[in-house]
Amino acid sequence: MKRFRRHAHESQRERLKQELFHFNKTVEHGFPHQPSALGYSPSLQLLAIGTRSGAIKLYGAPGVEFMGLHDENAAVTQVHFMPHQVELVTLLDDNSLHMWTLRGHKGISELLEIGRFMLTGPPGAPPSVTSVTAVLAHSSGELLLLGTEGGHVFVVEVPGFRELEERNISLDQITNSIPDDYLGRRNLEHVEALVENPINPSQVVIGYGRGLMVIWDLEKKNAVQHLPATQQLESMWWTEDGSHILSSHSDGSYCRWRVGGPEEEEEEEEKSDIPYGHFPCKAISKIVQLPTEEGPPFLLFNGGMPRASYGDRHCITVIHGKTHVALDFTSRIIDFFVIRSGPQHTGDPSALVVLVEEEVVVIDLQTEGWPVIQTPYLVPLHSSAITCSHHVSAIPLKLWERIITSGELQNAHYSKKPWPIMGGQNLAPDPPQRDLLLTGHEDGTVRFWDASGVCLKPMYTLRTATAFHTDADPNDNMNPSAEGEWPPFRKVGCFDPYSDDPRLGIQKIHLCKYSGHLAVAGTAGQILMLEPNDEAAEHTVETKVVDLLQGQEGFRWKGHTRLNVREDPVEFPAGFQPFTLVQCQPPAVVTALSLHSEWKLVAFGTSHGFGLFDYQQNNNVFVRCTLNPSDQLALEGPLSRVKSIKKSLRQSFRRIRRSRVSLRKHHANNAAKIQEANARMEAELAEMELAPVQRKIEARSSDDSFTGLVRTLYFADTFLSDSTHHTPSLWAGTNGGCVFAYMIRLPAIEHRADEPVTAQPAKEIQLMHRAPVLGIVVLDGHGAPLPEPLEVAHDLARSPDMQASHHVVVTSEEQFKVFTLPKVSSKMKLKLTAVDGSRVRRVGVAWFGSSRTEDYGESGLVVLTNQGDVHVVSLPHVKMQVHYPCIRREDVSGIASCVFTRQGQGFYLISPSEFERFSLSTRFLVEPHCLVEPPFHSAPLSQHQPEPDGAHRIPQDGEEAESTARSIMEHALLNDEKVLQEIQKSLEGDQTSFLENSMKSAVA
Amino acid sequence: MSRQPPPLQQRTPIKLIDNTVEVKSKYEAEYRRFGLKRNGSGGFREFYRLIQTIHHIHGIDVLLGYADIHGDLLPINNDDNFNKAVSSANPLLRIIISKKEDEPVVYGTNSLQRRKKGLSLTGLRPTGSGSIHPKNKSGLMIGPPKNFRQISSIIDVDILPESHRRVRLHKHGSNKPLGFYIRDGVSVRVTPQGVEKVPGVFISRLVRNGLAESTGLLAVNDEILEVNGIDVAGKSLDQVTDMMVANSHNLIVTVKPANQRNNVVPRGSKYSLGNSGSVGSAGSTGSAPSHDSPSPASQSNPFTASSSIAEGDSEDEEEDGDLILENDCLRAHNPHPVTYSNSANLNRNSPHYGSHGSSGGKSVTQSVSMPNSITSTLSYNGNLNHSASGSQDSMKEDGNILTL
Repeated sequence: MKRFRRHAHESQRERLKQELFHFNKTVEHGFPHQPSALGYSPSLQLLAIGTRSGAIKLYGAPGVEFMGLHDENAAVTQVHFMPHQVELVTLLDDNSLHMWTLRGHKGISELLEIGRFMLTGPPGAPPSVTSVTAVLAHSSGELLLLGTEGGHVFVVEVPGFRELEERNISLDQITNSIPDDYLGRRNLEHVEALVENPINPSQVVIGYGRGLMVIWDLEKKNAVQHLPATQQLESMWWTEDGSHILSSHSDGSYCRWRVGGPEEEEEEEEKSDIPYGHFPCKAISKIVQLPTEEGPPFLLFNGGMPRASYGDRHCITVIHGKTHVALDFTSRIIDFFVIRSGPQHTGDPSALVVLVEEEVVVIDLQTEGWPVIQTPYLVPLHSSAITCSHHVSAIPLKLWERIITSGELQNAHYSKKPWPIMGGQNLAPDPPQRDLLLTGHEDGTVRFWDASGVCLKPMYTLRTATAFHTDADPNDNMNPSAEGEWPPFRKVGCFDPYSDDPRLGIQKIHLCKYSGHLAVAGTAGQILMLEPNDEAAEHTVETKVVDLLQGQEGFRWKGHTRLNVREDPVEFPAGFQPFTLVQCQPPAVVTALSLHSEWKLVAFGTSHGFGLFDYQQNNNVFVRCTLNPSDQLALEGPLSRVKSIKKSLRQSFRRIRRSRVSLRKHHANNAAKIQEANARMEAELAEMELAPVQRKIEARSSDDSFTGLVRTLYFADTFLSDSTHHTPSLWAGTNGGCVFAYMIRLPAIEHRADEPVTAQPAKEIQLMHRAPVLGIVVLDGHGAPLPEPLEVAHDLARSPDMQASHHVVVTSEEQFKVFTLPKVSSKMKLKLTAVDGSRVRRVGVAWFGSSRTEDYGESGLVVLTNQGDVHVVSLPHVKMQVHYPCIRREDVSGIASCVFTRQGQGFYLISPSEFERFSLSTRFLVEPHCLVEPPFHSAPLSQHQPEPDGAHRIPQDGEEAESTARSIMEHALLNDEKVLQEIQKSLEGDQTSFLENSMKSAVA
Repeated sequence: MSRQPPPLQQRTPIKLIDNTVEVKSKYEAEYRRFGLKRNGSGGFREFYRLIQTIHHIHGIDVLLGYADIHGDLLPINNDDNFNKAVSSANPLLRIIISKKEDEPVVYGTNSLQRRKKGLSLTGLRPTGSGSIHPKNKSGLMIGPPKNFRQISSIIDVDILPESHRRVRLHKHGSNKPLGFYIRDGVSVRVTPQGVEKVPGVFISRLVRNGLAESTGLLAVNDEILEVNGIDVAGKSLDQVTDMMVANSHNLIVTVKPANQRNNVVPRGSKYSLGNSGSVGSAGSTGSAPSHDSPSPASQSNPFTASSSIAEGDSEDEEEDGDLILENDCLRAHNPHPVTYSNSANLNRNSPHYGSHGSSGGKSVTQSVSMPNSITSTLSYNGNLNHSASGSQDSMKEDGNILTL
């Protein structure tokens, strides 16, 4: 009947599918992998990060995010915002330049690539001539100055990328102007840096690798001044008043040069300093000096550490008056910039933003002690490697607030200042519910993230290590700077990839959002039960050791030992505090975990078996050993396997070395022997390389390794014995395709504390195809999945239908099967592997709401396969609904990290530090909706500038004229003569203003 | 020979005398009956000489085989399997003798040991099948012999190009491994644009004593084209591996054999049935006509074919013989799931046999190579695909199978 209906309404079903399912990759959370360039627009208040994989990401106010990807698979080496515009230019390491813009579309902004450009030199010139090494986005917004490896500076008009050949500054022009006494006219090398005079846009300083800096006038096309530094140049900075140029050098020194009038040829090096001197120092790769309204300026520079003693540190030094701090980062510094306060962003430095390889650190420069400002996004997810994740939707407000409060107590050391980068407007509606993402980490921490919106905000960090004795020194000081230490280091940043003890690693997390009970299981067979406490408390953790082998003889666990529990009372900070600890014996990795807070039961499984623990009475209810006694690998623990691989590697290396040694020994013997040995080795190597990849075709058998490994555990209140009485039950699925069901007898509520909980085996299903069982879900009489524990009690779910018969859906790696209950017999199935060769890796239950009508929705299984495809399988009929390619199939860690939400969204790691968020639902979408307004209104604001003569105002007006010209250009064809004339006119006007300006500054 | 099949199936009730085994040996059309001491019977050599003496075939190299309790034809070629044969004889030890010289005609690619077995196995076929219908003198009805188990078959010959071969491997409950490996490789396709090189999947190795090798229907460097009716083009090695493993209980692979000399010609008088040793061995006397005759028979009787496919289907769905233990049997705690599998296998086997009995040997596809089976399955290809995709229709059948 149903089948008939389905056929009759197939098209209707198709339409319904379109209303229910839609695949979208919505947003990337976390910190971009392998960042390679940093850019900042003070006018837009947007931060741009380019990566080695060619991605460009823009961040503004929390929720304002843009992402673009270059078609070329080349690293982004430089990012420059066009001043006062919404365009930005990227330079890739394949020497291509790209113009991006934020274009408004349907009320939101989009990041679009609008042009690309490759510098072409004169015909026959070597590629080095046009290889771009320095980019200057001129403040006119019209010009790009490109310094090249060959020493030339090319001038390009943007956004069209038109080369203005007549304005190029060739190396010959420069060398002709150099005074003869400078280094005997040696090669100047490449252009290292290009900096514009902040008060005179027609002047730029060209810094050459050899050390020479030339101040060039773009209008007069002549050199204004030469600054003859003798050390390799690293960077330059033109102070804001235009009076000085700072240069930093490869020997760890920096110099301050006075900029005089154009007629003054002689220029003395006003000040030269090697801040960490005496012994050879590393290069200072960037130097910045910013004035303050009152008091000394800020001097910031990157590097310059003494080579021998601190050459491996990643430091930025900040000097302000007598305060001198060397900020010590945990990973390589990519770049940094300083945010300035004031409406025009020309005031005192307010925050230092540092992009290091693994995180962004923002330092509050206006608060005493320069504390770190907590980042609302770009948070390194991998401050310790992520080992598992768990998503909980629709958190009740009470628990949410408790988590936030505990988190705030932890973050007391952060600056109170708000996040300083506030560009753009977040137009996304407020998230409909509070979602929590929990990540388990290698160092035993569990991090709580606010995953409701576009920004994945850190909320709270739980450290489970405090319950154990570990090798780590508990007083490991993050801030070991002793008084008077030089340089004055200060550790900053939270990226810390070193785990004290791998056994602490978190493997499984289960949080009950209603009761607040949290179960956390780890690598050494530990299961911690925690509950939130708003105050710090000192107590001991009740510990139970559970033997999962049940007296199976004849094996020796060769893996790690159990963690040592601290028997003395431990002081736990406010937040989630452990009250019970279960330790599995043997202490193998916990592979499955399930919590039922209503029944106060927790079930756990390892490669040896599974157990049920009553955490109210602190009593183990039962243990089931699933181990196949011949399974040596599982018996001995995972380490033995690793060892054997290592051993074989070692052996093969030894063999190669031995043959090499023997070669040497018999060197004198005869050449023939050597040749023979050579040939043999070559053959061996060739064999190693050319051995074809083979796959064994064999049915799965009960003798396979790890068949007893417990893959999934599930609690259900359903019909196990007869169709009239439903009882609590525990379901377990193993790697060998076996499903166990246990009937649980709970004492009446009033005797819950003193009468024991009992369980008895009720069913066993051995799937004939023996594929690992990944998921078990019981469907009620309506074919809907049973609600979560306490969900009904909190009136948040319809109570399940207990009238009609229930079904259990078993998802194995190869197929989906529906069995009837209480008598287990196969009813329906869907084969996956047999048909398309993909295997299920992850499965979850989700509810999909229709986009058309509010009240219609369906539950389904969301599935991720080893091919990286996501599928939706309908319930209860297990029919394939939709499938989309999601993750590259080579991306094994991405597939393994995937976690589904109850609303048909999902997360997976695209790099160790980033989650990609995707959605299969038409109704639940979390994606950035943001608008960035072009900063046209900046011109009137410039009237508030302090300059009385309005010298700064004229170019600003000119700029406004230009922007109108530009907007005309955007809407007109370039060959329209009228338009060209208009552009020409406005350009000329601009030039006159430049002249005027430069004259005025010269007079001043 | 196949036209005058001796009544092999005749089961004479024989009193089992302790320590003595009743032996019935057959060489071509001749039978000999004799007794053998269960214990002091000596080794294989001695037995071989005894056989030669009894059948008066001195100087002729022969191969010995016996039918075991499952109906499998197993070789006797050393002391061990000879002793096994003697000890397992119940009540009668059937010995089948075949000439050794047949073999080169039949097998060109396989190892000697397997050839022997394959040969002797197929050697029995025509006889056995004939024996089911002793009255059918033309040997039109060639059904599966009751007393041994099918392990493989060539199917769908008529609808496949000559250069391809579709092989079904029956895993059943046997503990024999499927026993082959696959690898990536480069295949050459002829397209309108010319010869094109495309990635393909090939058999890279056969495991000794594995099912794949023992059938002789698959060989190293054969290209895998389909798995259970699904084209593998564009699929990765791992995907093909997973598909094969998922179908391992009833694996149907379509290959393009590396050795194209032994291809099956669907029609015509010339049979070069490479690995289908049955024909060759039966007809060392040559006998093209005798093989021609079965084909019309099978066509005239499509029902037989359908039953065989249905049976195949049920085998396909047989995996729904997931073993389910309800609570009453769970009281005795059993920590070793291994044992379940055994019992499951037994259970599965029994209906299988039952179906054979009921179909009265009508099902056809059993034989490794019978030409009629080849032609007859033609019309059921659709059905085959159907079963592979596990559609609704076949669901019903599960239901029946499930209530074992």
